[in-house]
Amino acid sequence: MSAGFTVPRRLGAVAPAAIAGLVLLVLWELGVRAFGIREFVLPRPSSIGQALADNWSTSEGVSTVSLRQAGWNTTVIAVSGLVVGVLLGAALALLATRYVRVGRTLTPFAVAANATPIVALAPIFNAWFGITSPLSNQAVVVVVVFFPVFLNTARGLLEVEVSQIELMRSYGATDLSVLGKVRIPNAIPFFLTSLRLAAPLSVIAAIVAEYFGGPQDRLGPVITQNASFARYAEAWAAIVVASVVGLALFALAVALERVAMPWRRPVDGQ
Amino acid sequence: MVAAAPGGSAESVGRRWVQTGLLVAAALAFASLLWEGYKIVGGLIEDRWPDVLPVGPDDLTMPHVWEIAGSFIEPVQRGSSEILAVSLFKAAGFTLLEAGLGFLIGTVVGLGLAVLMLRSTWLDRALGPWINISQTVPLIALAPIVVTWGRTTFLGDTVSVALIAAYLTFFPVAVNGLAGLKSPAPEELELMRSYAATWSKTLFALRLPAARPYLFPAFKLAATLSVVGAIVGEISAGIRGGLGRVILDYAGRYTTGPEKLYAAVIAAALLGLFVFGMANLAEARVLRGEGRES
Amino acid sequence: MTMLTPVPAISIQGVGKTFNPDSDEQVVALDGIDLDVEATEFVSLIGPSGCGKSTLLRLIADLVTPTAGTIEVFGKSAHQARLDRDYGMAFQSAGLFSWRKVARNIELPLELMGWSKADREARSAEMLELVQLPEFGNHYPWQLSGGMQQRVAIARALSFKPRLLLMDEPFGALDEMTREHMQNELLELVSEVGTTVVFITHSISEATFLSNRVVVLSPRPGRIHDIIDVPLGDHRTEDTREEETYFKCATEVREALRHVGASP
Repeated sequence: MSAGFTVPRRLGAVAPAAIAGLVLLVLWELGVRAFGIREFVLPRPSSIGQALADNWSTSEGVSTVSLRQAGWNTTVIAVSGLVVGVLLGAALALLATRYVRVGRTLTPFAVAANATPIVALAPIFNAWFGITSPLSNQAVVVVVVFFPVFLNTARGLLEVEVSQIELMRSYGATDLSVLGKVRIPNAIPFFLTSLRLAAPLSVIAAIVAEYFGGPQDRLGPVITQNASFARYAEAWAAIVVASVVGLALFALAVALERVAMPWRRPVDGQ
Repeated sequence: MVAAAPGGSAESVGRRWVQTGLLVAAALAFASLLWEGYKIVGGLIEDRWPDVLPVGPDDLTMPHVWEIAGSFIEPVQRGSSEILAVSLFKAAGFTLLEAGLGFLIGTVVGLGLAVLMLRSTWLDRALGPWINISQTVPLIALAPIVVTWGRTTFLGDTVSVALIAAYLTFFPVAVNGLAGLKSPAPEELELMRSYAATWSKTLFALRLPAARPYLFPAFKLAATLSVVGAIVGEISAGIRGGLGRVILDYAGRYTTGPEKLYAAVIAAALLGLFVFGMANLAEARVLRGEGRES
Repeated sequence: MTMLTPVPAISIQGVGKTFNPDSDEQVVALDGIDLDVEATEFVSLIGPSGCGKSTLLRLIADLVTPTAGTIEVFGKSAHQARLDRDYGMAFQSAGLFSWRKVARNIELPLELMGWSKADREARSAEMLELVQLPEFGNHYPWQLSGGMQQRVAIARALSFKPRLLLMDEPFGALDEMTREHMQNELLELVSEVGTTVVFITHSISEATFLSNRVVVLSPRPGRIHDIIDVPLGDHRTEDTREEETYFKCATEVREALRHVGASP
């Protein structure tokens, strides 16, 4: 899902994006002042920055938890769910390669499951694991992350050029060495692309799961509570924190891609 | 490089539907067996070693499969003449409306961005990274704000939620759309230049048709995302009438009727599947006859 | 030379093309090319890789601009000739649009030129007859064999009856038998219409069979090494491939290619 534009490699290539971003920020700040747009539509970037600073270590807003603490709590849930989901997805993709027929029959179900709004499972997980337990939200993240990772990795493992497999067989290679020497290297770009997708997804899944109730010392409730009390700058500040976390995870995934495959451009994902 | 004929005879298509139906039925039967099996075995384990299992096998946490199935045909509320299935169907329709609108808006915006970025390399480099990271901003979290804003203008709640769905939708369409628009081979572009075709003529006669195999997977993804966006938008904005609200309500009233929550979640899943299926059908129809795998 | 020399179809004078002229990675693709192609002539360009034949064709087509020299097509600049749509082009891969039926593919340039639906359909039907594929108008490209697709590509190139045809190894991907068949057909087509043709190929036999003259290019930088006349007349058939003159000319071409370093 990314061959349309590449993530820039050199600083020079970053310039237009940086300019565009700055222009947008400046327009935003000036526009709100100039047009007197009321705060609830769009607070000025400066007020958001202020709220961010004010609420970082102690809460001045409606919620009792600081942004730093709430951010941390949500991040822990997102990352733990991400790791488990990714490992499960990769593991099951490998299994699907071993038991190809089972894999082939189950894949359409995985595709179908991926098409459902998985976050709707959040209240069910709350009922299962208890609404106060982090496990219920982690489970949502795991399921959301699992499917794209599984589908993409399985695709990479199975859609190998027939000529390469024939070559290995002509060397008398076992299934295992075909796996290690051909399938896994072929699957790596698919796997890494799915990581890029999964990283920000994990944060969003964690926050959405938090909407269904549970402990209030997390980013989701901070956002909604502040919004419902019309403290929009604080709500936006929490969103900024969430975005930064998502961005950091995304950057990690991209860095991993660069390190693992310096010679290749990313591959389309699903 | 001659591809195999697409589709097949009416018989084989019918046979495939039957096969799929049987497979789904088998899967449901299997899942039900697992469910009830867990309840039985779990019950025995719980008797010996309480609190060991992470998910309790009791009837409150895990209603029986037949209770869940039965709830669909029971009245929505005591004394109501409407059964749950109908009520869920209406709510799904409402959510579908928001999702559909969001999908349309997202597609237009996404394609528009792709064309803009095609036209100008500078814009490509300027907007690309921002579009890439746009999905890290949980705009879904902004749903209450979007809805409040929507209420001050003439746009209703439906449109506000649609905008949230559009935010999720535009991304795959923009990314894949741009890849598709850039996909024609140099020779095809040279051909158009040899005809002294203008940029816009090349866009409509060559690039857009060539982009379709890239766009359809994006549409499928975008369709399901628009449903997610609509449901979550409804929930966080507290909008009534859609599935999101229904799920929230039944989650709140869990102890008095756990099977209703399951029914609502199943309805949401079915809505997602329906939309996905529609997107697949659209793809098959549009690309029919062209002998191409997408 | 008489006083009233007709204007050559193509006049290439002192043409050179350097890619990336200001950088370290500059490539001198062509240098000092002088060539005139008369109307209704069939000229082949042949040479080892790196000799610039593709670049030369694209210079004539105004898809690339020369860094030195001038090119005139039918007395006007190559640029104007492109805008006036004075030539049709065919490539090695047929380049048909897979989402259009065969007839609509042939109609593509006509659509771009604003022809009416009726006129377009009449012309594409005519072209399908010409390339002997009259029943395939409603098929999709994937349903046709490679040779048939290439015939459609030629029909498309000729659909607006240009005076000039530029072809870049159009038969390269076909098997030998289909190739010879297509060569016969092409000659019939262009002699019927009186088209001038510039044709790129790797095949000595193809160049010799088709052309009035074969231009042999040498590589790095691309220069004209030799131009070989092929006096086989205008009505060539299967039997022409077995004539003495044919073998003689093919041998000349082969010798010239050996000189410029192409492997035999």
